[in-house]
Amino acid sequence: MSQTPDPSVPASGASSDDAASWKKRRPRARTSLFAAGEPMVWLTGGALIICLVMVVGLLSLVLYQGLSTFWPQPVIKVETPRGPFMGEITRINEYVPRADAFSDLPTEWQAKVADAVEMSSYGEIRRRLMRTGNFRLTQNHFSWIEDPIVEREERPAWAMVVERMEWGRFYGELEAFAYVVMLESGGDLDALIAEQSGSGALRLVVETNQGMTVAPLAERAQHGSDIVGVARLETDLETAWADYHDYHDEVRARWEKRRHLEKHDTGEINHRQEQARLTVRKAEIALDGARADRNEDAIARAESALADAQAAFEQVRAEGNEAFTEIRGQIDQINRENSRYQVLFLTAGEGALPPRLALLRLDEIVSAYPANRIGFGGKLGVYIERWGEFLTAEPREANSEGGIYPAIFGTVAMTLIMAIAVVPFGVLAALYLREYAKAGPVVSAVRIAVNNLAGVPSIVFGVFGLGFFCYVVGVSIDELFFEARLPNPTYGKGGLLWASFTLALLTLPVVIVATEEAVAAVPNSMREGSYACGASKWQTIHRIVLPRALPGIITGMILAIARGAGEVAPLMLVGAVKLAPELPIDGVFPYIHPERSFMHLGFHIYDVGFQSQNSEAAKPMVFTTTFVLITIVATLNLATIWLRSRLRKRFAGGQF
Amino acid sequence: MSRVTAPPTTNGRPADDPLEMISRGETPPSEIHSALQNADAVVEIDTFRLWYGDNQALYDISLDVPRGEVTALIGPSGCGKSTLLRSVNRLNDLIPIVRMEGDMRLKGDSVYGPSVDVIELRKRMGMVFQKSNPFPMSIYENVVYSLRIDGENRKSVLDEVCERSLRGAALWDEVKDRLNDLALGLSGGQQQRLCIARAIAAEPEMLLMDEPCSALDPIATIKIEELIDQLRGAYTILIVTHNMQQASRASDNTAFMYLGRLIEYGPTADIFTNPHLRATEDYITGRFG
Repeated sequence: MSQTPDPSVPASGASSDDAASWKKRRPRARTSLFAAGEPMVWLTGGALIICLVMVVGLLSLVLYQGLSTFWPQPVIKVETPRGPFMGEITRINEYVPRADAFSDLPTEWQAKVADAVEMSSYGEIRRRLMRTGNFRLTQNHFSWIEDPIVEREERPAWAMVVERMEWGRFYGELEAFAYVVMLESGGDLDALIAEQSGSGALRLVVETNQGMTVAPLAERAQHGSDIVGVARLETDLETAWADYHDYHDEVRARWEKRRHLEKHDTGEINHRQEQARLTVRKAEIALDGARADRNEDAIARAESALADAQAAFEQVRAEGNEAFTEIRGQIDQINRENSRYQVLFLTAGEGALPPRLALLRLDEIVSAYPANRIGFGGKLGVYIERWGEFLTAEPREANSEGGIYPAIFGTVAMTLIMAIAVVPFGVLAALYLREYAKAGPVVSAVRIAVNNLAGVPSIVFGVFGLGFFCYVVGVSIDELFFEARLPNPTYGKGGLLWASFTLALLTLPVVIVATEEAVAAVPNSMREGSYACGASKWQTIHRIVLPRALPGIITGMILAIARGAGEVAPLMLVGAVKLAPELPIDGVFPYIHPERSFMHLGFHIYDVGFQSQNSEAAKPMVFTTTFVLITIVATLNLATIWLRSRLRKRFAGGQF
Repeated sequence: MSRVTAPPTTNGRPADDPLEMISRGETPPSEIHSALQNADAVVEIDTFRLWYGDNQALYDISLDVPRGEVTALIGPSGCGKSTLLRSVNRLNDLIPIVRMEGDMRLKGDSVYGPSVDVIELRKRMGMVFQKSNPFPMSIYENVVYSLRIDGENRKSVLDEVCERSLRGAALWDEVKDRLNDLALGLSGGQQQRLCIARAIAAEPEMLLMDEPCSALDPIATIKIEELIDQLRGAYTILIVTHNMQQASRASDNTAFMYLGRLIEYGPTADIFTNPHLRATEDYITGRFG
């Protein structure tokens, strides 16, 4: 063993003396904690954890709220000194009641509340927000129920949750299924009663300003001219519920037919009349033009064309009116048939209001279920049905009920048009910057400008889109091609196309930057190989550079889609609306109408959440809509990621 | 054959020794063996000069590449042999700061003349690069690339060219069953032979090879050298190599370059066994470079 052991070799085989001297000769400085780097592990890892917690927290909130909204809750009936209430519990919290909050109650109840406040540690009492519905009767959608004033609480077996076309939710206990015969105007009530009497309980149908109700035959004199018909009741509840199921599909199918007549057939006639009117207007414009030119031949021709157009217009109008009458007849027929099937409910009576029998037309009911009777399977059925309606139906009740199909359609259509518009332009611009332009201050300035474009607030793009696309391009298109429709704008207003273009502009920098990087990453050796084969610049770009850069370009497209699909602010200016009467694609020539306003999920979230009359009822819709929007963006992204991985396999290979 | 001898200078070399002249910033006359002075040349390089920005990379290069033979360019790193090779098919044009003077002629046609169509010129030459660069497409499409860009789409023609070129590059038997596979899945040596097949697909008038074996293992190198031997006669080949053994094994003629000057050019046998200049002998025997 050498006298001067190599300090870099630990003295494993050395004698103890040598080991001691080695230790003595190498006094080690205490390594600083930061030099060892361990705290940075905690710092970096901690930062990551915080980011993850926030993202996961947001997603799970949306997921939980979005997915649980449609799960049916039990219907609870409470008796309070303020009267009975029935509905679903939507929210629970604790609060400190104002001193005079219960002054309307009898003194023993006031004492009870005071006791409860006394007992709790913070002077708080629990209260529950109950969705009581029946807006037409109570002028109220929700009621707060404080725990100390609850006298009795029960879950009535036949409490029904009814979703209606209008007037919001309805809660009531099923009383009977009613076969109604309406009184023809000027008809004889006695004859009707005589005709219908025999089987089942017979009641008078009475119209009030809070909807239809029934009354015993004995009260005939009392109601007089409010009596609109008679109803034969099926009061056995099991049978009534079975009848509801038997007739509901049929009635709804007829109702759908009626809606089709109202919307589609009537719309078609209107469209035909509008076309005829436009032809007349075009002929008028042509005549004006001819008169201005003082060309006698042309004036004569234009006059005869105008006369023809007017004659055609008159004919179309006459035909249309005939058709309208026919459609009206069909609609009346459907209404008559549908009005025969109604359902009788007993409301709990909200607070001071007495319980009331309410007769609801079957075709007004979107869906109904006895919330306290159905088991897990039944609840699951209701849940799935509600999701189905949410995804495929149109909104009702100022967007707070019904579906979001038009918004889904608008979002997807807008995103796809945007992607189709932005990718070619972005790729071509990036190719010029990378492949053709000579590097220099101008190119650098352009590149900086493009990058800065990504930082411009999106509302500015909206203002630009409105000013340029709608008011310059759109108005010019209107003047050139849709002169007859003026002063009604066709393209000279916000619409799907202009919104897509505005977002394309917004996402252009993303695509340009991603494409530039992808193109720069193509090895130069490949370009040289192509040039050496005698390829021109464009052939090299088209056959070598672009395929190799395609995965990177698609990455840019993914980023653009993610950015564009979630953008709301500019859309408010260039075409997204609260409620679009028609989809941008329908059965009316030319079938695709990119100039139409559209609904968008992001804007829908804003509208439902913050512009709704019935915001408490609309709140769950915010979460479900958010959930759908996130799902759509994720789906679009996954589709493009799948496409990218396929392309990568095809073009990039194992080696770089 | 007599050595040129001159009085020695302070550092032990004669004053007209090429290396001594280069160190003084002069350009010595190239020593071109008589066997190559009146050769049947495919490419004639005529006092060619080239600058990268302000740095001159090639000084008055004059060199004739004889038809049907393999001509090797040797010299230490940075001596300009790759630059010279890439000047023949004007690939240096792609570098914005490059500037040239002088001219070359391919079979009598000017290469740097004002009316030359560069794309047509490049189609007359095939090139193989130091690092194999198959395109991101199938083996088949790689081989027929130069025909595709000429707009040739007849399947029968492409099939025939593909097979002929792959056979010519001694790759046919290895890939004939997977012509539609991605070219990037081949091994390094196969990729380089694929690039050779691509280069000969359009039946060029000459082949330029820029250190085609430098990234390959010895077995693959031998295959490429055998391939070069097979291509001799059918193609005129100009090859840049770092490897002296390769130059002596594979080439008919050898040109020795140093710091942008052509020092000596002659038949390979003469250059390696009986060089005219001491600088050449010193480089070949490994005394410098």
